[in-house]
Amino acid sequence: MASFTTLTSRLVPLPVNDVDTDQIIPARFLKATDKNGMGDNLFADWRYNADGSPKPGFVLNDPKYNGAQILLAGDNFGCGSSREHAPWALTGYGFRAVISTSFADIFRNNALKNGLLPITVDAQTHRDLFDLAEESPQAEVGVDLASQTVALPGGKTVTFPIDGFSKTCLLKGTDELGYLLSFEKQIVEYELNH
Amino acid sequence: MTQPQTLFEKIWNAHIVAEEPDSPAVLYIDLHLVHEVTSPQAFTGLRQRGLKVRRPEKTVATMDHSTPTHDPSLPILDALAAKQIAQMETNARDFGIRLYGMNSAHRGIVHVIGPELGFTQPGMTIVCGDSHTSTHGAFGALAFGIGTSEVEMVLATQCLLQRKPKTYDVRVEGQLRKGVSSKDIILALIARIGVGGGTGHVIEYRGPAIRALSMEQRMTICNMSIEGGARAGMIAPDDITIEYVSGREYAPKGKAWEEAVSRWKRLPTDDGAAFDQSITIDADDLVPMITYGTNPGMGMRVTDSVPDPDRVSDPSQKLALSKALNYMGLQPGQPLLGHPVDVVFIGSCTNSRISDLRLAASLLKDRKVAPGLRVMVVPGSQEVKRQAEAEGLDKIFRQAGAEWREAGCSMCIAMNGDQIQPGQYAVSTSNRNFEGRQGPGGRTFLASPLTAAAAAITGKVTDARTLI
Ligand code: SF4
Repeated sequence: MASFTTLTSRLVPLPVNDVDTDQIIPARFLKATDKNGMGDNLFADWRYNADGSPKPGFVLNDPKYNGAQILLAGDNFGCGSSREHAPWALTGYGFRAVISTSFADIFRNNALKNGLLPITVDAQTHRDLFDLAEESPQAEVGVDLASQTVALPGGKTVTFPIDGFSKTCLLKGTDELGYLLSFEKQIVEYELNH
Repeated sequence: MTQPQTLFEKIWNAHIVAEEPDSPAVLYIDLHLVHEVTSPQAFTGLRQRGLKVRRPEKTVATMDHSTPTHDPSLPILDALAAKQIAQMETNARDFGIRLYGMNSAHRGIVHVIGPELGFTQPGMTIVCGDSHTSTHGAFGALAFGIGTSEVEMVLATQCLLQRKPKTYDVRVEGQLRKGVSSKDIILALIARIGVGGGTGHVIEYRGPAIRALSMEQRMTICNMSIEGGARAGMIAPDDITIEYVSGREYAPKGKAWEEAVSRWKRLPTDDGAAFDQSITIDADDLVPMITYGTNPGMGMRVTDSVPDPDRVSDPSQKLALSKALNYMGLQPGQPLLGHPVDVVFIGSCTNSRISDLRLAASLLKDRKVAPGLRVMVVPGSQEVKRQAEAEGLDKIFRQAGAEWREAGCSMCIAMNGDQIQPGQYAVSTSNRNFEGRQGPGGRTFLASPLTAAAAAITGKVTDARTLI
């Protein structure tokens, strides 16, 4: 897995609550048997018209936000289906972190396994970040995973929670399956007793 | 004396393989269900690492999401879907996994066939790369959806890394009234707690109204736990559970059965066990529910009016509601009763079992589908289909003017050719009303099989109690 240490980037504001994974990547794109190319279909129904032309009002089609690597989303991001295609689409597009006040459980798990950092902030910081992204689209924030902080322009720094295991995995780019395979002895023992 | 434990804690504790400090637990998985959409990349991962499936006999695969529901003798026209289905066949063959494939008499929606074949049993840990794995919790199993990376982990190790979730006690008191079903209980719960209300929790549904439900109705409730943000929903096993599992193909037999039943009887939550959160709902107060918005939490009594964003104080919720009503083409304050619909879909892992079809048929018998309306009835499995046909339900549906299809996810997910057209309204017995879920631009009202059947007859959103 790709590691995550620090990231300095502009924000892409998407002030929508309860963004479900069907919006992140609609089901008709789940027929792929590999992980590639999902980024082109990220937010497909909000991003493109039926004929494939870009919808001008959608934030990913706004040149101001081109190249930004942090998605700033509304509350409860990633609810709904368990599809890991959602983080594949987000990372495929170029996002490396998502900031929200909360994340759905399965989405959070899936994101962490793909080097995509889910950053939970309090409601006030969340509002401040939206103000920043909308008023100064060029402003950058700095994410530092080791210290679990987001630094806003102007000197404000906020911390975010992450469990120690996920943090270490992200920092080192640890392969979780490799870690799990190291429990072979205990698994054999469990199977013998059950 | 040992501390009183919840159903969840008993199963969790019994499946811990290892627990290192500051790390998630290594949890053993008893049953891994697999389908064609969320597994191909996991098998690719195994091949790249040169790994085998550790316990193929604990792994069961089917095809349901991208499979068409038309006449099975016709070819699959969608090349990508055909490729995905072929890939599932190859993966099952290469890794020695039991597959209920396209020609299997037992194929169906993964959450319908697991219980039907007796794979799903009380006390188990069950996972699938599918969020509605919560369905199996109805048997008193700990069952939850996982991502594809986790599918790969379970295939390789039969284990998962899991942090212990919190517990949520949902008590349903009283007794359901006529025309009100378990779908209405769960829609009412989600309308109350919201789509994120259960995040980080496992729900246990308790109380007299839950105990009175059949297994199929219990599955409907647990199925939609994820729609309230909870990864899993559970109901303690009782005589109804044991009676359902008994005699099924993969249920234990003979002495093993006796032993299993005595184990299962020890599973229910102990008196005095503590939950992290709780809520009580009174079944006596419930009426048929319907959703008006673009997530399952935007639900109301079918007799209510659509809420007004101007009356919502929280700015982001106000925005969410306006956006939803705009997508749905609905006005604040308008009643939904009488709202015209274009499509009625009776199916999905929430409501496609035989009792759901019987309910719908009871209303459609000797009646006609409203002119111009498309009504699709899609059984959850080929077994449900056979049973329905043996009872003559297919004839009732056909004579009324509804389509009777092959088993599959169908219009619940619209990735198999079954979908509603942009701007159309559907009353659907499925579980998600997200934008575009049933087809780009399509608008979904989620409701019970009775409410769906009532809409099929009138062509409008209808209070089914007026037709019973
Ligand atoms: S019926 Fe719908 S919700 Fe259920 S497994 Fe299929 S696609 Fe998922």
